[in-house]
Formats: sequence, C-alpha cells, structure tokens
Amino acid sequence: MTPVEAGMLGQVALLAAAVTTALLVPSDRWRSRVSGILCALLATGGVVTGAIALTGGRGSLTIPTALPLDPLVLSPDRLGGLVMVIVSVVGVLASLFGIGSARVASASRTAWASMAVFLFGMQLVPAATDVVSFLLLWEIMTLGSTALLLAHHATRGTVASALVWYSAMSQLSFFFVLAGLAVLAGATGGTGFAALATLDPASWQASLAFVLLLLGFGGKAELVPLHVWVPRVLPEAPGHVAAAMSGAMVNIGVYGALLVCVRFLPNGPAWWGVLIMVLGGVSALYGILQASVASNLKVLLAYSTTENMGLVFLGLGASVLLRGDHATGAADAALLAALLLMVSHAVFKATLFLGAGAVARSTREMNLDRLGGLGSRMPWTAAAFGASALGAAALPVTSGFVAEWMLLQALVHGSRVGGEVVSVTASVAMPLAVAVIALTAGLALLTFVKAYGIAFLARPRSEKAKQAREVPIIMRIPLIIGATVVIGLGLLPGPLAEALASAVGPAFTPDVRTIGLAGVDARGIDVVLDPTTFVALAVLALAPVLAAILVSSRRHPTRVSALPWAGGGSRLRPRMQYTATSYAEPLVRVFDDVLRPTRDVEVTHVGESRYLVERVHVEQTVSDVIETRFYRPVLDLAQRFGILARRAQNGSIHRYLSYSFLALLAVLIVVSL
Amino acid sequence: MNLAAIAIALLQLVLFVFLSPLLIGVIRQVRARLEGRAGSGIWQPWRDVRKLVAKDPVRAADSSWMLAAGPATLLVSSLLLCVLLPLVGTLPLPLVPSDLFVIVSVMLIGVVALALVGLDAGTAFGGMGSSRHMTVAALVEPTLLLAVYALSIPAGTSTLSLIVETRLQNPAVIISPVSLLAMVALAIAIMAETSRLPIDNPSTHLELTMLHEAMVLEASGRDLAWLELGSWLKLAALLGLLSNLILPWGVLTDFSLPGVLVGLAAVTAKILLLGVALSVGEVFLAKVRLFRVPELLAGSFALALLAVTASYLVA
Repeated sequence: MTPVEAGMLGQVALLAAAVTTALLVPSDRWRSRVSGILCALLATGGVVTGAIALTGGRGSLTIPTALPLDPLVLSPDRLGGLVMVIVSVVGVLASLFGIGSARVASASRTAWASMAVFLFGMQLVPAATDVVSFLLLWEIMTLGSTALLLAHHATRGTVASALVWYSAMSQLSFFFVLAGLAVLAGATGGTGFAALATLDPASWQASLAFVLLLLGFGGKAELVPLHVWVPRVLPEAPGHVAAAMSGAMVNIGVYGALLVCVRFLPNGPAWWGVLIMVLGGVSALYGILQASVASNLKVLLAYSTTENMGLVFLGLGASVLLRGDHATGAADAALLAALLLMVSHAVFKATLFLGAGAVARSTREMNLDRLGGLGSRMPWTAAAFGASALGAAALPVTSGFVAEWMLLQALVHGSRVGGEVVSVTASVAMPLAVAVIALTAGLALLTFVKAYGIAFLARPRSEKAKQAREVPIIMRIPLIIGATVVIGLGLLPGPLAEALASAVGPAFTPDVRTIGLAGVDARGIDVVLDPTTFVALAVLALAPVLAAILVSSRRHPTRVSALPWAGGGSRLRPRMQYTATSYAEPLVRVFDDVLRPTRDVEVTHVGESRYLVERVHVEQTVSDVIETRFYRPVLDLAQRFGILARRAQNGSIHRYLSYSFLALLAVLIVVSL
Repeated sequence: MNLAAIAIALLQLVLFVFLSPLLIGVIRQVRARLEGRAGSGIWQPWRDVRKLVAKDPVRAADSSWMLAAGPATLLVSSLLLCVLLPLVGTLPLPLVPSDLFVIVSVMLIGVVALALVGLDAGTAFGGMGSSRHMTVAALVEPTLLLAVYALSIPAGTSTLSLIVETRLQNPAVIISPVSLLAMVALAIAIMAETSRLPIDNPSTHLELTMLHEAMVLEASGRDLAWLELGSWLKLAALLGLLSNLILPWGVLTDFSLPGVLVGLAAVTAKILLLGVALSVGEVFLAKVRLFRVPELLAGSFALALLAVTASYLVA
C-alpha cells in the first residue's frame, strides 16, 4: 500500500469516525470539541495525502461497480494533490475555528456530521480519475454543504430561501457539468479521464463540452451570472462554514476548469480563451463593484470571492488564448498566475471569513455601519483580518500581491514575442485585461480599506461594538495560522511557484526558478520578484524613520486628549463618523448606472418650520442587477406557468379521471401507430 | 556594479529628502508671486517640518496606534519610491528592479496608510477625505497602469530604468504619438495621485474641496510632519520620473564620478523646472467638482488605452 492509498483510506476512516461521534456525543459542547478535532484530523489527512501526491507520490483506490462502466478509481495526480492540499488546509482552519465558535445550531448533530461529509467530498473530488466518481464526490460535497447550511433553518427564517437559491444554483451547475462530461464521454467512448483527453479540441463536440463545463465549473466558482446564491447563502452561514465554502469549495470549480484546459482539452482554439477571459473579467469587475458598496461584512467578502475567482479565470483564459497564439512563455506565466491566485485566495479568504466569524461572535453584528473600534478590543482578530485584507487588496508583501503581479506581467508580456505582435485578438485583449485588473485592484483596495478601517479603527458606532471582547484562544489559533500563511507565501513565492509549476506538468512546463533567498524568477517572460530583498530594503528605509520617532517621542511624548482637533468643533457623537455606506457613497454615484441603487430620504421637520429638522431617515439598497434583470423575469415566467398549471389541478375527481382516460387513449394511439 | 547601484539608490534617497521640501517651497513661492503675494520663501516647508517635529503630538482618546504607524508607513513607502525609481541613475539594484507594478504597489501602500489614518481619527472630516481619496485612487489605477504599459512596449519590458534607457538611446520614441498620448495620461494620473489641481486643491482648508487636507486634519506633531514629508517625497519622486521620461538626458547609465554629479544636477534642475511649470499651470486651473473627477479620469484612461492600442496598430 502506497502512502497515497493509506492517506485516502485514512480519510475514509476518519470520515466514519467523525460522523459517528457527531451523531453519538450528547452534549453540544463536547460534540463540538470531539467532532471539531476529528474534522481537523480528516482535513490534515487531506493535507498529507495531497502533499504526497503533489510531490509525485502515486496510489489508487479502485471501487468496483455492478454497472456496465469502468470501475471507479481514485488516484490523485500532481494537480489533484495541489487542490487537495489547498482545500484541506482551509478545512483544518475552519474545523479548528469551529471547535470554539460552533454554538446551538452550528454545534448540532446534523451540522457536525455534514461538516465532515462536506470536507471529505471536497478533499476527494480532486482524486477522482473518472466521470462517475468525480460526479459522485461532487454531489457528496454539494449535499454535505447543503445539509450543513440547513442546520440553521430553525434559528433564522432567511436560511430557507437562501438554501432554495443555493440548491437550485448548485444543481444547475451540476447539470452543466454532467452534460459537458456526458458529451465528452459520448464523443470518446470512455468514462476515464485518460480516455476523455483523447478528443480533438477542434471538433464541435469539444467546443460544446467546453462551453457546458465552463458554465458548470464557473457556477461552482461563483462566477457571474451563476453567482446569485453567494450573497444570500454566505451571510447566513457561520464563520467557519463560510470559510470552508468560500475558501475551499470555490477551488473545486477552478479545479474543474483546470481539468478542462490543462488535462482534457489543452491547446483549444483562441475563442475559448476569449470566452473565459470575458466571463472572468465581467465577474471580477461586477464582484468587486458589489463588494465595494456592501455594508454587511459577510456580503462584502462573498462578493469579493466572485471578484477573485474572476481574476483566476481571467488568467486561465489569457493562458489559453496566448497558447493558441504560440506565446508560450506568457501563456505559462498566466496559468501560473491563475494557480497563485487560487492558492492565495483560499488562504486569505478563509482567514477573512474566520475573522468575520470572530467579529460576529463578539458583537452579534455584521453590519459595518454599526461596528467600529474593534482594533483595540480584539487585537488578535484585527491583526489577522488586517494581514489577510492586505492579501485581498493585493498589497506587498502578501501572497495576493505576488499572484496579481505575476498575472499583470504575463499580460504585459503576452501581446508581443520578440517584438512581434502575436495576434490582433491578443493585442486588444491584453490591454483591456490589464485595465480590468487595474480597476479591480483599485476597487479592492477601497473595499478592504473600508472593511478594515470602518470595523476595526475609529470609535465604536454601537453599544454592541463597544462591549466586544477578544475571542477564545482556540479561535485565535486558526486566525493567526491563516494570517501567517498569507504573509509567508508572499515572502517565499519562489518555492511556491516551483511547486505550482510542477503541478500542471507534463503538458505545461512553466519555467520558474527560485532566485535570491526565495524570490521568483519567471524565465518565460524574463521578470523577477524577490520580496525578501524588498522587505530588507523597506527595513533599511524604516530604520532612520524609526530612530527619529524614538528620539522625538522621548522628548515629545504623545498626549491623549478627549477633545483634539475635531475640525475645530466639539467632538461629535460616534454616530456622526463616516460609515461603510457613506464611505462607498462617491462610488455609488460614479457607478450609478451599473449598481442602480434605490435611496429613500425621509425628513421629519419640527412643528411648522421647514428649517428645523427633527429626524432624517436615509435608506439605501443596492440590488444585484443580474438577479433583478435576469433571474427575476425567468422566475416570474415560471411562476405564471405554475399558476396556469394550477387551473388544471383543481382537485375534482372527475377531472383527474378524465385525465387518466385521455392519457390511456393517447398511449393506445401511440402504440397502435 | 551592485555597489554602484546601491550607492546611487542611497544618493537618491538623501537627495530627495533634502530636495522635496525645497520643491514644495518653490512651487508655493512661484504661485504666491504670480498671485501678487510676497510668499513665505522657499525654505518655509523645511521650517514647518522642523517646527512639527519639535511638538508633542496630540491624539484623540479613542484613536489607535494607526495614527502613529500610518504616517511612518506613508513616509517609508515614499522613501522606497525614491530608492526604486530611476531618478539620478538607471543602474538596476540586484533582485529588485524598478518594476512598474512593484512601484505602483509601493505607492498604494502609502495611499492605504493615509486613508486609514483619515478613518482612525473617528471624525466625519477624516472619513470623508479618506472615502474620496480612495475613490480617486481606485479610478486612477487603470490609467496609471495602462499609461506605463504603453511606455513599456517600445522597450519590451515593464522595468522603468530600462524604459528610460531606451528613450535615452532612441529619442525619436519620446515624440512618437503613442508616447505623447501616454505621457499626457500619465501626467493626469500623477496629478490625481499626488492630490494636485485640478483633482484636489493642496492650498485649501475649505471643507468641501479637500481630500488630502481632510485626512491629515487630526494628525499633529511629528505624525503630521511624516505625513507632509511623505506626500512631498512622493510628489518629488513622481515628478522626477515624469521628467526623466520626457527629458532622459543627464541620467546616469554607467557609474562615474562626474556622471554622478551631472546626474544629481540634472535631476534637481529638471524637478525644480517641472515644479515651476506645475505651479504656473495651477494658477490658471480651478479645481473640478468631485463628481466631475471621474470624467477627467475616464478621459485620461481613454488616452492611455488609445496609446496602447495605437502602439500595436502604428508600430
């Protein structure tokens, strides 16, 4: 038995143990402890197995079936191992956090048992090597997450409607994946992944399958227009569940897209690349625009996932397009950038959601407009959230920065090879993509300055925020680990890039080396980045500043005053600070046409006077345009048919008898033909 | 070679720390004279910094460490700009080339630090300035990146020192239509990044017109000194980059002692000249309304996009 096989069997055993204990342990508190630890162990098993597979370890589990199909084979390759590691690391963090944070509904039997099933499904999807086991594990993952969310329906009324959206959208994406894989299997006559890869990418079946699979996997990766469930479901989920869904599950969608573009149908035509880029670019812009105007912290993070996944797909699309144009160096760099983005997003988004979970636990408030001043009350959470927010805003020295830097470099170097223009499509697509990424990055900066600045700085805007206390140590540990990984991967991009480059082989061989201490040297496009030297430089620049501050602060200590400048007036009430809504107000105005906000201003005057105001009530809602313009009409149409159908079903026994008679008649006629 | 590059980087750092308050002094003095005022002399910014450092900073009871760390971060980010940009010479530092995207992100660290300082004060003014500042920063970024993308195409690299060298060796590139479009777009982006007219009025304290001033309102003592010095350094460094892109002559490409002196003198003269031009230009400009700023930035973005696409069609 190879280590990989042992690892996978170990995961099955741990799943059984976790589900059994979750069902058997009676008290909520002990259940959270035992099941949380078992879930963390299950995820650790995924980390170990994935790491062995990533470094080249092999092994397979074969499950024979009675069906006339190829047997189900689980055998992760390097790429599968990579994805397994990513989702499992997030799983470990989420499980540890869950030990401390799970309460009432999220500590119930259903919740912990389905958490284990969810993690297991996610970890083993990347191990599948044939269509049937892939779809089976995919559904285990989806069902696990649905049941996990369902555990909360008793405590909150909004969960039910969110879950209807979630189930409908995940089944829609499952349908697309199923249809796409069926087309591939039908065209090649096999269900094993090796057989699927024999299809000629230029055939029409390949294009059909590509479009279907892109839609399906894009839906799982929360891309526009299949993202509508995200801003509904994630705010309803507790922090650790949202972290597992948004940090880990979306990567399965990316993995699917990678399977298509790297394993099944490499060297696809240029328009595939353009299609992926358009889908990714629109998602990135739309996601970050919605995130930047959101006032609910979890909605903000949920939309930011759409943005990040959009960037991943933008990189993937650029790599397909550039490969078609024979700009191989840049194409490989773009693929690498997509992988880097996926890795960095998983870590920083999981940590951000855990941070949001910590804030929710301490304040029971997710509306940024009522938070504030948490930095001094929850220093650990603030530090972890701040570091991950730096990653999300793609600032140095975080993994997010390295990923976005690589993507931009790939695009800038992609349109020309040796001074020659590669193609007209590329020379239009690359500048536009750079502009989209730049605008996205700018808005992401604003979004996370808002999220961190409004929630953790300034004065508390409500009593709940004032009473906030730091979360217990078991919840702090995953937060700190997550933040450390965000910074660590940003400091050591060289080894990371080498590992990622090995994962997409042998079809793709991005030429990257480690340079300096742990910097990355992308030889295909001839660019280097060494964050450690960069940090050393920053420290050198900081030294004199720090010395000056120390000398000056000894002579002139900082005085704290209850009434400092305050614009010359008295210090106003905390409610009069800028809030998240007012922070995004200029942006709402600028992007009025896309966001279509509805604003209600209600002024109550004192007595008869028009000049004295007693109360002003302002309400602003920004709706999801895609939901109101695209899904609503379809749903309304479906409902109209439903009402029509209701007329046919009025409960009269005579009518049903006549229906059966007509049906029988129809059958007889058909048979006699 | 590496030692020479490090020496030049240090030299740039020291030069700009001394030069940037002088540049602001010159800008203010020229403007005062043009407006018929006597002005406070070109050394006034120096005296301001000295005065601020010798005062006790005062901070609000509920504010956090950000009020002290933010200004220092802004200053460090501006100092890093002075180290990384090709100002006196184009000798590449080992392992940290003057990569366009790295430089923009270094600048953004300063932008974020300033915005957080504005929020931490916990007043309406600070929040307002911070919100507007970030909105402008978000909208400027596409222009900034596309403009330098356009400039990078003739050189085939996004390393700024190589771009400057290419322009030095082949001056025809400088007056090509692509380069001119890109330079106009870049100039507008830099004006927005450094809070100059017509996006922000640096000499105002009127609440409805200010971006930068609103954020630094609550800072005092050395914190305010770092914020001011950091902003000045950023302006000087970006003007230095702009001037080296327009007039690359005098930039040191091979290390030699006379070359260093020429490089120092050239960059000082160029920056002061550009500062005077900026000041004269600003006399004739009014600040645009905040909600007209996106139109201006969209216009500059269109120029930058035109520059990039034209470089494929024309060249």
